[in-house]
Amino acid sequence: MSENTTAVKDLQQQTAQKTVLFEIRRQDTAESQPYWESFELEYRPNMNVISALMEIRRNPVNAEGKQTTPVNWEMSCLEEVCGACSMVINGRPRQSCTALVDQFTQPIKLEPMKTFPVVRDLIVDREFMFDSLKKIKAWVPIDGTYDLGEGPRMPERKRQWAYELSKCMTCGVCLEACPNVNDNTNFMGPALLSQVRLFNTHPTGAMNKDERLATLMTDGGIGECGNSQNCVVACPKGIPLTTSIAAMNRATNVQMFKNFFGSDHMVD
Amino acid sequence: MSRESDFYLRRLHSLLGIIPVGLFVAQHLVINHFATRGPEAFNAASDFMGNLPFVLFLEWFIIYIPLMFHGFYGVYIAFTAKNNVQRYGTFRNWMFMLQRITGVFLVIFIAWHIYDTRIQKALGVEVNFDMMAKVLSNPFMLAFYIAGVLAATFHLANGVWSFLVSWGITQSPRSQTIVTYISMAIFLILSVIGVQALLAFVV
Ligand code: HEM
Ligand code: SF4
Ligand code: FES
Repeated sequence: MSENTTAVKDLQQQTAQKTVLFEIRRQDTAESQPYWESFELEYRPNMNVISALMEIRRNPVNAEGKQTTPVNWEMSCLEEVCGACSMVINGRPRQSCTALVDQFTQPIKLEPMKTFPVVRDLIVDREFMFDSLKKIKAWVPIDGTYDLGEGPRMPERKRQWAYELSKCMTCGVCLEACPNVNDNTNFMGPALLSQVRLFNTHPTGAMNKDERLATLMTDGGIGECGNSQNCVVACPKGIPLTTSIAAMNRATNVQMFKNFFGSDHMVD
Repeated sequence: MSRESDFYLRRLHSLLGIIPVGLFVAQHLVINHFATRGPEAFNAASDFMGNLPFVLFLEWFIIYIPLMFHGFYGVYIAFTAKNNVQRYGTFRNWMFMLQRITGVFLVIFIAWHIYDTRIQKALGVEVNFDMMAKVLSNPFMLAFYIAGVLAATFHLANGVWSFLVSWGITQSPRSQTIVTYISMAIFLILSVIGVQALLAFVV
Protein backbone atom coordinates (compact mmCIF):
# COMPACT_ATOMS: atom_id res chain seq x y z
CA MET A 1 0.00 0.00 0.00
CA SER A 2 2.60 2.51 1.09
CA GLU A 3 4.87 1.29 -1.67
CA ASN A 4 2.17 2.04 -4.22
CA THR A 5 1.67 5.61 -3.08
CA THR A 6 5.39 6.28 -3.39
CA ALA A 7 5.30 4.93 -6.93
CA VAL A 8 2.44 7.29 -7.82
CA LYS A 9 4.31 10.17 -6.20
CA ASP A 10 7.43 9.35 -8.18
CA LEU A 11 5.47 9.28 -11.42
CA GLN A 12 3.84 12.60 -10.62
CA GLN A 13 7.20 14.15 -9.86
CA GLN A 14 8.69 12.80 -13.05
CA THR A 15 5.83 14.07 -15.20
CA ALA A 16 5.84 17.41 -13.44
CA GLN A 17 9.44 17.92 -14.48
CA LYS A 18 8.89 16.73 -18.03
CA THR A 19 7.77 19.28 -20.59
CA VAL A 20 6.72 19.13 -24.22
CA LEU A 21 7.97 21.64 -26.74
CA PHE A 22 5.76 22.74 -29.64
CA GLU A 23 6.74 24.88 -32.60
CA ILE A 24 3.68 26.22 -34.34
CA ARG A 25 3.49 28.00 -37.67
CA ARG A 26 1.11 30.83 -37.07
CA GLN A 27 -0.66 33.24 -39.36
CA ASP A 28 -3.02 35.91 -38.04
CA THR A 29 -5.15 36.43 -41.15
CA ALA A 30 -5.44 34.82 -44.57
CA GLU A 31 -3.27 37.56 -46.08
CA SER A 32 -0.71 38.21 -43.33
CA GLN A 33 2.82 36.81 -43.10
CA PRO A 34 3.25 33.51 -41.27
CA TYR A 35 5.63 33.29 -38.31
CA TRP A 36 6.79 30.59 -35.89
CA GLU A 37 6.00 30.55 -32.20
CA SER A 38 7.17 28.02 -29.58
CA PHE A 39 5.25 26.76 -26.60
CA GLU A 40 6.50 24.70 -23.70
CA LEU A 41 3.84 22.71 -21.87
CA GLU A 42 3.83 20.45 -18.89
CA TYR A 43 3.77 16.83 -19.93
CA ARG A 44 0.76 14.76 -19.01
CA PRO A 45 0.42 11.04 -19.74
CA ASN A 46 -1.59 10.24 -22.93
CA MET A 47 -1.49 13.85 -24.03
CA ASN A 48 -2.32 14.43 -27.71
CA VAL A 49 -1.86 17.40 -30.03
CA ILE A 50 -5.42 18.62 -29.52
CA SER A 51 -5.20 18.48 -25.72
CA ALA A 52 -1.94 20.43 -26.00
CA LEU A 53 -3.63 23.04 -28.20
CA MET A 54 -6.46 23.28 -25.64
CA GLU A 55 -3.87 23.85 -22.95
CA ILE A 56 -2.35 26.68 -25.01
CA ARG A 57 -5.81 28.16 -25.47
CA ARG A 58 -6.38 28.04 -21.71
CA ASN A 59 -3.08 29.75 -20.99
CA PRO A 60 -1.71 31.45 -24.12
CA VAL A 61 1.84 32.09 -22.99
CA ASN A 62 4.67 31.23 -25.36
CA ALA A 63 8.02 29.58 -24.56
CA GLU A 64 9.59 32.99 -23.88
CA GLY A 65 6.98 33.55 -21.19
CA LYS A 66 5.17 36.23 -23.19
CA GLN A 67 1.39 36.50 -23.37
CA THR A 68 0.16 35.75 -26.89
CA THR A 69 -3.05 35.01 -28.76
CA PRO A 70 -4.45 31.48 -28.53
CA VAL A 71 -3.61 29.23 -31.47
CA ASN A 72 -6.57 28.60 -33.77
CA TRP A 73 -7.40 25.17 -35.10
CA GLU A 74 -10.44 23.18 -36.14
CA MET A 75 -11.86 20.01 -34.67
CA SER A 76 -15.13 18.22 -34.38
CA CYS A 77 -15.43 14.46 -33.87
CA LEU A 78 -12.18 13.89 -31.93
CA GLU A 79 -12.12 10.30 -33.18
CA GLU A 80 -10.63 10.53 -36.66
CA VAL A 81 -13.84 10.40 -38.64
CA CYS A 82 -14.53 14.01 -39.60
CA GLY A 83 -11.20 15.19 -40.95
CA ALA A 84 -11.56 18.75 -39.61
CA CYS A 85 -8.47 18.64 -37.40
CA SER A 86 -6.01 17.70 -40.19
CA MET A 87 -2.66 19.50 -40.09
CA VAL A 88 1.00 18.85 -40.84
CA ILE A 89 2.71 17.38 -37.77
CA ASN A 90 6.49 17.00 -37.90
CA GLY A 91 6.36 17.28 -41.67
CA ARG A 92 3.54 14.84 -42.35
CA PRO A 93 -0.15 15.61 -42.80
CA ARG A 94 -2.51 13.73 -40.47
CA GLN A 95 -5.32 14.20 -37.96
CA SER A 96 -4.23 15.97 -34.81
CA CYS A 97 -6.93 14.39 -32.62
CA THR A 98 -5.26 10.99 -32.87
CA ALA A 99 -1.70 12.32 -32.74
CA LEU A 100 -0.34 11.19 -29.37
CA VAL A 101 2.49 13.35 -28.10
CA ASP A 102 4.47 10.24 -27.09
CA GLN A 103 4.73 9.18 -30.74
CA PHE A 104 6.66 12.26 -31.85
CA THR A 105 10.19 13.54 -31.51
CA GLN A 106 10.38 17.00 -30.02
CA PRO A 107 10.01 19.82 -30.76
CA ILE A 108 6.67 18.87 -32.27
CA LYS A 109 6.14 21.07 -35.30
CA LEU A 110 2.60 21.99 -36.26
CA GLU A 111 1.83 23.56 -39.62
CA PRO A 112 -1.37 24.07 -41.61
CA MET A 113 -1.84 21.97 -44.80
CA LYS A 114 -0.53 24.69 -47.10
CA THR A 115 -1.90 22.98 -50.21
CA PHE A 116 -5.14 24.70 -49.18
CA PRO A 117 -5.61 28.41 -48.50
CA VAL A 118 -4.72 29.16 -44.86
CA VAL A 119 -7.53 30.93 -43.01
CA ARG A 120 -5.77 31.44 -39.69
CA ASP A 121 -3.00 29.58 -37.84
CA LEU A 122 -3.73 25.87 -38.39
CA ILE A 123 -7.12 26.37 -40.03
CA VAL A 124 -7.31 25.84 -43.77
CA ASP A 125 -10.16 26.19 -46.24
CA ARG A 126 -10.89 22.85 -47.93
CA GLU A 127 -13.68 24.25 -50.10
CA PHE A 128 -11.74 23.16 -53.20
CA MET A 129 -12.51 19.56 -52.27
CA PHE A 130 -16.19 20.22 -51.61
CA ASP A 131 -16.51 22.03 -54.94
CA SER A 132 -14.83 19.07 -56.63
CA LEU A 133 -17.32 16.69 -54.97
CA LYS A 134 -20.08 18.70 -56.62
CA LYS A 135 -18.30 18.57 -59.97
CA ILE A 136 -18.02 14.80 -59.91
CA LYS A 137 -21.65 14.46 -58.71
CA ALA A 138 -20.71 12.53 -55.60
CA TRP A 139 -24.26 11.48 -54.86
CA VAL A 140 -26.87 9.00 -56.08
CA PRO A 141 -29.80 10.76 -57.80
CA ILE A 142 -33.06 9.17 -56.69
CA ASP A 143 -35.60 11.92 -57.31
CA GLY A 144 -38.29 11.52 -59.97
CA THR A 145 -41.74 12.92 -60.70
CA TYR A 146 -43.21 9.64 -59.44
CA ASP A 147 -42.13 6.91 -57.04
CA LEU A 148 -39.26 5.16 -58.77
CA GLY A 149 -39.46 2.19 -56.44
CA GLU A 150 -36.52 0.21 -55.19
CA GLY A 151 -33.24 0.37 -56.98
CA PRO A 152 -31.28 -2.68 -58.12
CA ARG A 153 -29.63 -4.72 -55.37
CA MET A 154 -25.93 -4.46 -54.74
CA PRO A 155 -24.01 -7.73 -54.45
CA GLU A 156 -22.81 -8.13 -50.87
CA ARG A 157 -19.18 -8.78 -51.84
CA LYS A 158 -19.14 -5.58 -53.85
CA ARG A 159 -20.72 -3.67 -50.97
CA GLN A 160 -17.89 -4.79 -48.73
CA TRP A 161 -15.13 -3.18 -50.74
CA ALA A 162 -17.24 -0.18 -51.69
CA TYR A 163 -17.73 0.38 -47.96
CA GLU A 164 -13.99 0.87 -47.59
CA LEU A 165 -14.09 3.64 -50.20
CA SER A 166 -17.02 5.27 -48.40
CA LYS A 167 -14.85 5.85 -45.32
CA CYS A 168 -13.28 8.92 -46.95
CA MET A 169 -13.80 11.98 -44.73
CA THR A 170 -12.57 14.57 -47.27
CA CYS A 171 -9.78 15.42 -44.86
CA GLY A 172 -7.38 16.52 -47.59
CA VAL A 173 -4.36 14.59 -46.32
CA CYS A 174 -3.94 12.77 -49.64
CA LEU A 175 -4.03 16.09 -51.52
CA GLU A 176 -1.38 17.50 -49.20
CA ALA A 177 0.74 14.37 -49.83
CA CYS A 178 0.42 14.43 -53.63
CA PRO A 179 3.24 16.10 -55.61
CA ASN A 180 0.81 16.96 -58.40
CA VAL A 181 -1.77 18.83 -56.30
CA ASN A 182 -0.27 22.33 -56.33
CA ASP A 183 -0.53 25.81 -57.82
CA ASN A 184 0.68 24.58 -61.21
CA THR A 185 -2.27 22.25 -61.75
CA ASN A 186 -5.98 22.15 -61.04
CA PHE A 187 -5.73 18.49 -60.00
CA MET A 188 -8.73 17.65 -57.79
CA GLY A 189 -6.72 14.97 -56.00
CA PRO A 190 -6.76 11.24 -55.23
CA ALA A 191 -9.78 11.27 -52.86
CA LEU A 192 -12.04 12.57 -55.59
CA LEU A 193 -10.99 9.95 -58.12
CA SER A 194 -11.81 7.27 -55.56
CA GLN A 195 -15.21 8.86 -54.91
CA VAL A 196 -16.10 8.53 -58.58
CA ARG A 197 -15.33 4.84 -58.28
CA LEU A 198 -17.54 4.61 -55.18
CA PHE A 199 -20.56 6.27 -56.78
CA ASN A 200 -20.09 4.47 -60.08
CA THR A 201 -20.07 1.18 -58.18
CA HIS A 202 -23.42 1.86 -56.56
CA PRO A 203 -26.08 0.19 -58.77
CA THR A 204 -28.26 3.31 -58.87
CA GLY A 205 -25.30 5.68 -58.95
CA ALA A 206 -23.99 3.79 -61.99
CA MET A 207 -26.93 5.11 -64.02
CA ASN A 208 -25.00 8.40 -64.28
CA LYS A 209 -21.60 6.78 -64.59
CA ASP A 210 -20.64 8.51 -67.84
CA GLU A 211 -21.29 11.97 -66.40
CA ARG A 212 -18.85 11.40 -63.55
CA LEU A 213 -16.25 9.95 -65.88
CA ALA A 214 -16.69 12.94 -68.18
CA THR A 215 -15.63 15.21 -65.29
CA LEU A 216 -12.55 13.08 -64.66
CA MET A 217 -11.61 13.60 -68.30
CA THR A 218 -11.54 17.39 -68.02
CA ASP A 219 -8.95 19.79 -66.62
CA GLY A 220 -7.93 18.82 -63.09
CA GLY A 221 -9.16 15.26 -63.55
CA ILE A 222 -7.45 11.90 -63.66
CA GLY A 223 -4.99 12.98 -66.35
CA GLU A 224 -3.01 14.88 -63.73
CA CYS A 225 -2.13 11.75 -61.73
CA GLY A 226 1.54 10.80 -62.07
CA ASN A 227 1.54 7.66 -59.88
CA SER A 228 3.77 8.77 -57.02
CA GLN A 229 1.41 6.67 -54.85
CA ASN A 230 1.94 8.90 -51.81
CA CYS A 231 -1.82 9.13 -51.33
CA VAL A 232 -2.27 5.49 -50.40
CA VAL A 233 0.59 5.76 -47.89
CA ALA A 234 -0.84 8.92 -46.35
CA CYS A 235 -4.58 8.12 -46.12
CA PRO A 236 -5.52 7.64 -42.46
CA LYS A 237 -8.52 5.53 -43.45
CA GLY A 238 -6.46 3.02 -45.41
CA ILE A 239 -8.50 3.64 -48.56
CA PRO A 240 -7.01 1.75 -51.57
CA LEU A 241 -6.61 5.00 -53.50
CA THR A 242 -4.11 3.71 -56.06
CA THR A 243 -6.37 0.77 -56.93
CA SER A 244 -9.25 3.21 -57.37
CA ILE A 245 -7.09 5.43 -59.57
CA ALA A 246 -6.02 2.55 -61.82
CA ALA A 247 -9.65 1.40 -62.02
CA MET A 248 -10.74 4.91 -63.03
CA ASN A 249 -7.90 5.05 -65.55
CA ARG A 250 -9.38 1.99 -67.22
CA ALA A 251 -12.93 3.36 -67.00
CA THR A 252 -12.03 6.77 -68.48
CA ASN A 253 -10.01 5.18 -71.28
CA VAL A 254 -12.92 2.92 -72.24
CA GLN A 255 -15.27 5.91 -71.99
CA MET A 256 -12.95 7.91 -74.27
CA PHE A 257 -13.30 5.28 -76.99
CA LYS A 258 -17.07 5.01 -76.45
CA ASN A 259 -17.41 8.78 -76.77
CA PHE A 260 -15.31 8.84 -79.92
CA PHE A 261 -16.84 5.92 -81.77
CA GLY A 262 -20.32 6.09 -80.23
CA SER A 263 -21.80 3.32 -78.12
CA ASP A 264 -25.05 1.94 -76.74
CA HIS A 265 -23.22 1.01 -73.55
CA MET A 266 -22.63 4.41 -72.00
CA VAL A 267 -23.75 3.34 -68.53
CA ASP A 268 -23.11 -0.39 -68.55
CA MET B 1 -1.29 26.24 -67.04
CA SER B 2 -3.91 23.63 -67.63
CA ARG B 3 -6.35 22.91 -70.35
CA GLU B 4 -9.47 20.89 -71.01
CA SER B 5 -7.47 18.75 -73.42
CA ASP B 6 -4.99 17.67 -70.73
CA PHE B 7 -6.55 14.22 -70.32
CA TYR B 8 -6.20 13.38 -74.02
CA LEU B 9 -2.70 14.84 -74.25
CA ARG B 10 -1.63 12.80 -71.21
CA ARG B 11 -2.99 9.63 -72.75
CA LEU B 12 -1.22 10.41 -76.01
CA HIS B 13 1.99 11.14 -74.09
CA SER B 14 1.69 7.81 -72.30
CA LEU B 15 0.95 5.86 -75.48
CA LEU B 16 3.77 7.47 -77.48
CA GLY B 17 6.23 6.71 -74.66
CA ILE B 18 5.81 3.00 -75.48
CA ILE B 19 4.55 3.03 -79.05
CA PRO B 20 6.64 3.97 -80.91
CA VAL B 21 9.36 5.69 -78.84
CA GLY B 22 9.93 2.92 -76.27
CA LEU B 23 9.95 0.21 -78.91
CA PHE B 24 12.37 2.25 -81.01
CA VAL B 25 14.76 2.74 -78.07
CA ALA B 26 14.78 -1.00 -77.31
CA GLN B 27 15.37 -1.79 -80.98
CA HIS B 28 18.10 0.88 -81.23
CA LEU B 29 20.01 -0.58 -78.28
CA VAL B 30 19.75 -4.10 -79.69
CA ILE B 31 21.01 -3.04 -83.13
CA ASN B 32 23.90 -1.14 -81.52
CA HIS B 33 24.90 -4.38 -79.83
CA PHE B 34 26.33 -5.45 -83.22
CA ALA B 35 29.30 -3.30 -82.18
CA THR B 36 30.38 -6.11 -79.86
CA ARG B 37 30.90 -8.26 -82.99
CA GLY B 38 33.33 -5.80 -84.50
CA PRO B 39 33.32 -2.79 -86.84
CA GLU B 40 32.15 -4.68 -89.96
CA ALA B 41 29.11 -6.17 -88.24
CA PHE B 42 28.19 -2.76 -86.76
CA ASN B 43 28.65 -0.92 -90.06
CA ALA B 44 26.55 -3.49 -91.91
CA ALA B 45 23.72 -3.17 -89.37
CA SER B 46 23.96 0.60 -89.35
CA ASP B 47 23.91 0.71 -93.18
CA PHE B 48 20.87 -1.54 -93.22
CA MET B 49 18.98 0.68 -90.76
CA GLY B 50 20.12 3.88 -92.46
CA ASN B 51 18.99 2.69 -95.88
CA LEU B 52 15.58 1.25 -95.06
CA PRO B 53 12.96 2.10 -97.65
CA PHE B 54 11.05 5.29 -96.78
CA VAL B 55 13.73 6.00 -94.20
CA LEU B 56 12.90 9.71 -93.90
CA PHE B 57 9.23 8.95 -93.42
CA LEU B 58 10.06 6.32 -90.80
CA GLU B 59 12.45 8.65 -88.99
CA TRP B 60 9.95 11.47 -88.76
CA PHE B 61 6.85 9.47 -87.90
CA ILE B 62 8.37 6.79 -85.69
CA ILE B 63 11.06 8.83 -84.01
CA TYR B 64 11.17 12.62 -84.28
CA ILE B 65 7.53 13.68 -84.08
CA PRO B 66 6.45 11.25 -81.32
CA LEU B 67 9.70 11.85 -79.41
CA MET B 68 9.39 15.62 -79.63
CA PHE B 69 5.79 15.51 -78.43
CA HIS B 70 6.60 13.12 -75.59
CA GLY B 71 9.78 14.99 -74.66
CA PHE B 72 8.43 18.53 -74.68
CA TYR B 73 5.13 17.66 -73.05
CA GLY B 74 7.17 15.56 -70.61
CA VAL B 75 9.21 18.62 -69.62
CA TYR B 76 5.96 20.44 -68.91
CA ILE B 77 4.72 17.52 -66.78
CA ALA B 78 8.05 17.25 -64.99
CA PHE B 79 8.06 20.91 -63.96
CA THR B 80 4.47 20.98 -62.75
CA ALA B 81 5.26 18.44 -59.99
CA LYS B 82 6.43 19.55 -56.54
CA ASN B 83 8.55 16.58 -55.53
CA ASN B 84 8.44 15.63 -51.87
CA VAL B 85 10.72 12.63 -51.32
CA GLN B 86 11.90 14.19 -48.04
CA ARG B 87 8.36 13.83 -46.75
CA TYR B 88 7.55 10.45 -48.31
CA GLY B 89 10.74 8.51 -48.98
CA THR B 90 8.82 5.57 -50.45
CA PHE B 91 10.05 3.54 -53.43
CA ARG B 92 7.26 4.76 -55.70
CA ASN B 93 7.77 8.39 -54.80
CA TRP B 94 11.47 8.06 -55.67
CA MET B 95 10.55 6.41 -58.98
CA PHE B 96 8.15 9.29 -59.64
CA MET B 97 10.96 11.81 -59.16
CA LEU B 98 13.57 9.78 -61.06
CA GLN B 99 11.15 9.40 -64.00
CA ARG B 100 11.08 13.19 -64.23
CA ILE B 101 14.83 13.74 -63.66
CA THR B 102 15.82 11.14 -66.25
CA GLY B 103 13.25 12.61 -68.66
CA VAL B 104 14.73 16.11 -68.43
CA PHE B 105 18.27 14.72 -68.72
CA LEU B 106 17.19 12.74 -71.79
CA VAL B 107 16.12 15.92 -73.61
CA ILE B 108 19.71 17.17 -73.29
CA PHE B 109 21.29 13.82 -74.05
CA ILE B 110 19.10 13.06 -77.05
CA ALA B 111 19.66 16.53 -78.53
CA TRP B 112 23.42 16.05 -78.19
CA HIS B 113 23.27 12.51 -79.56
CA ILE B 114 21.24 13.54 -82.61
CA TYR B 115 23.72 16.36 -83.24
CA ASP B 116 26.63 13.89 -82.97
CA THR B 117 25.11 11.41 -85.39
CA ARG B 118 22.09 12.27 -87.56
CA ILE B 119 22.98 15.93 -88.08
CA GLN B 120 26.60 15.05 -88.87
CA LYS B 121 25.29 12.57 -91.43
CA ALA B 122 23.09 15.24 -92.97
CA LEU B 123 26.18 17.48 -93.15
CA GLY B 124 27.93 14.79 -95.16
CA VAL B 125 30.08 13.20 -92.47
CA GLU B 126 30.15 9.42 -92.66
CA VAL B 127 28.54 7.95 -89.58
CA ASN B 128 30.09 4.58 -88.80
CA PHE B 129 31.96 2.57 -86.18
CA ASP B 130 35.14 4.67 -86.40
CA MET B 131 33.24 7.88 -85.98
CA MET B 132 31.47 6.64 -82.83
CA ALA B 133 34.77 5.22 -81.57
CA LYS B 134 36.30 8.69 -81.96
CA VAL B 135 33.45 10.35 -80.04
CA LEU B 136 33.67 7.79 -77.24
CA SER B 137 37.47 7.89 -76.97
CA ASN B 138 36.93 11.03 -74.89
CA PRO B 139 36.30 9.71 -71.34
CA PHE B 140 33.85 12.53 -70.59
CA MET B 141 31.84 11.62 -73.66
CA LEU B 142 31.89 7.95 -72.71
CA ALA B 143 30.59 8.82 -69.24
CA PHE B 144 27.94 11.10 -70.77
CA TYR B 145 26.81 8.36 -73.16
CA ILE B 146 26.68 5.75 -70.39
CA ALA B 147 24.59 8.16 -68.30
CA GLY B 148 22.34 8.73 -71.31
CA VAL B 149 21.84 5.02 -71.95
CA LEU B 150 21.10 4.32 -68.28
CA ALA B 151 18.69 7.25 -68.09
CA ALA B 152 16.88 5.96 -71.17
CA THR B 153 16.67 2.36 -69.97
CA PHE B 154 15.51 3.45 -66.53
CA HIS B 155 12.95 5.84 -67.98
CA LEU B 156 11.64 3.22 -70.38
CA ALA B 157 11.49 0.42 -67.79
CA ASN B 158 9.76 2.56 -65.19
CA GLY B 159 7.62 3.96 -68.00
CA VAL B 160 6.34 0.46 -68.76
CA TRP B 161 5.19 0.28 -65.15
CA SER B 162 3.36 3.61 -65.21
CA PHE B 163 2.00 2.97 -68.71
CA LEU B 164 0.26 -0.15 -67.40
CA VAL B 165 -1.27 1.89 -64.58
CA SER B 166 -2.23 4.81 -66.83
CA TRP B 167 -4.15 2.45 -69.08
CA GLY B 168 -5.75 0.67 -66.14
CA ILE B 169 -4.17 -2.68 -66.98
CA THR B 170 -2.50 -3.24 -63.59
CA GLN B 171 -4.93 -2.23 -60.84
CA SER B 172 -4.41 -4.36 -57.75
CA PRO B 173 -1.39 -3.73 -55.48
CA ARG B 174 -0.15 -7.27 -56.21
CA SER B 175 -0.23 -6.84 -59.98
CA GLN B 176 1.59 -3.52 -59.63
CA THR B 177 4.26 -5.11 -57.43
CA ILE B 178 4.82 -7.93 -59.90
CA VAL B 179 5.23 -5.42 -62.73
CA THR B 180 7.71 -3.49 -60.57
CA TYR B 181 9.93 -6.60 -60.58
CA ILE B 182 9.41 -7.08 -64.31
CA SER B 183 10.34 -3.44 -64.93
CA MET B 184 13.52 -3.87 -62.88
CA ALA B 185 14.45 -6.83 -65.06
CA ILE B 186 13.78 -4.76 -68.19
CA PHE B 187 16.01 -2.02 -66.79
CA LEU B 188 18.86 -4.44 -66.04
CA ILE B 189 18.69 -6.31 -69.34
CA LEU B 190 18.49 -3.20 -71.54
CA SER B 191 21.23 -1.51 -69.50
CA VAL B 192 23.61 -4.42 -70.00
CA ILE B 193 22.87 -4.50 -73.73
CA GLY B 194 23.32 -0.73 -74.07
CA VAL B 195 26.47 -0.36 -71.99
CA GLN B 196 28.14 -3.43 -73.56
CA ALA B 197 27.62 -1.83 -76.97
CA LEU B 198 29.16 1.47 -75.82
CA LEU B 199 32.19 -0.28 -74.31
CA ALA B 200 32.71 -2.18 -77.58
CA PHE B 201 33.71 1.12 -79.20
CA VAL B 202 36.50 1.83 -76.73
CA VAL B 203 38.20 -1.54 -76.07
C1 HEM C 1 14.21 7.80 -74.62
C2 HEM C 1 13.08 8.30 -74.90
C3 HEM C 1 11.88 8.16 -74.01
C4 HEM C 1 11.14 7.04 -73.79
C5 HEM C 1 11.35 5.69 -74.33
C6 HEM C 1 10.09 7.40 -72.87
C7 HEM C 1 9.13 6.55 -72.42
C8 HEM C 1 8.18 6.86 -71.47
C9 HEM C 1 7.13 6.01 -71.03
C10 HEM C 1 6.83 4.63 -71.55
C11 HEM C 1 6.43 6.66 -70.07
C12 HEM C 1 5.23 6.14 -69.28
C13 HEM C 1 3.96 6.79 -69.69
C14 HEM C 1 2.88 6.67 -68.66
O1 HEM C 1 3.08 7.08 -67.51
O2 HEM C 1 1.81 6.18 -68.99
C15 HEM C 1 7.05 7.91 -69.89
C16 HEM C 1 6.65 8.83 -68.98
C17 HEM C 1 7.21 10.05 -68.84
N1 HEM C 1 8.17 10.60 -69.67
FE1 HEM C 1 9.19 9.66 -71.11
N2 HEM C 1 10.23 8.72 -72.54
C18 HEM C 1 11.31 9.20 -73.23
C19 HEM C 1 11.78 10.47 -73.21
C20 HEM C 1 11.31 11.43 -72.37
C21 HEM C 1 11.79 12.75 -72.35
C22 HEM C 1 12.87 13.32 -73.25
C23 HEM C 1 11.10 13.40 -71.37
C24 HEM C 1 11.27 14.83 -71.01
C25 HEM C 1 11.26 15.31 -69.85
C26 HEM C 1 10.18 12.47 -70.78
C27 HEM C 1 9.32 12.73 -69.72
C28 HEM C 1 8.43 11.85 -69.17
C29 HEM C 1 7.61 12.09 -68.03
C30 HEM C 1 7.58 13.35 -67.19
C31 HEM C 1 6.86 10.96 -67.80
C32 HEM C 1 5.88 10.72 -66.67
C33 HEM C 1 4.48 10.87 -67.11
C34 HEM C 1 3.53 10.53 -66.02
O3 HEM C 1 3.86 9.76 -65.14
O4 HEM C 1 2.42 11.05 -66.05
N3 HEM C 1 10.32 11.28 -71.42
N4 HEM C 1 8.10 8.04 -70.76
S1 SF4 D 1 -8.94 9.47 -49.32
FE1 SF4 D 1 -8.11 9.29 -47.21
S2 SF4 D 1 -6.56 10.94 -47.11
FE2 SF4 D 1 -7.83 11.39 -48.89
S3 SF4 D 1 -9.40 12.79 -48.15
FE3 SF4 D 1 -10.28 10.72 -47.98
S4 SF4 D 1 -9.78 10.04 -45.91
FE4 SF4 D 1 -8.48 11.84 -46.30
S1 FES E 1 -11.54 16.00 -34.92
FE1 FES E 1 -12.53 14.77 -36.43
S2 FES E 1 -10.85 13.76 -37.33
FE2 FES E 1 -9.90 14.82 -35.71
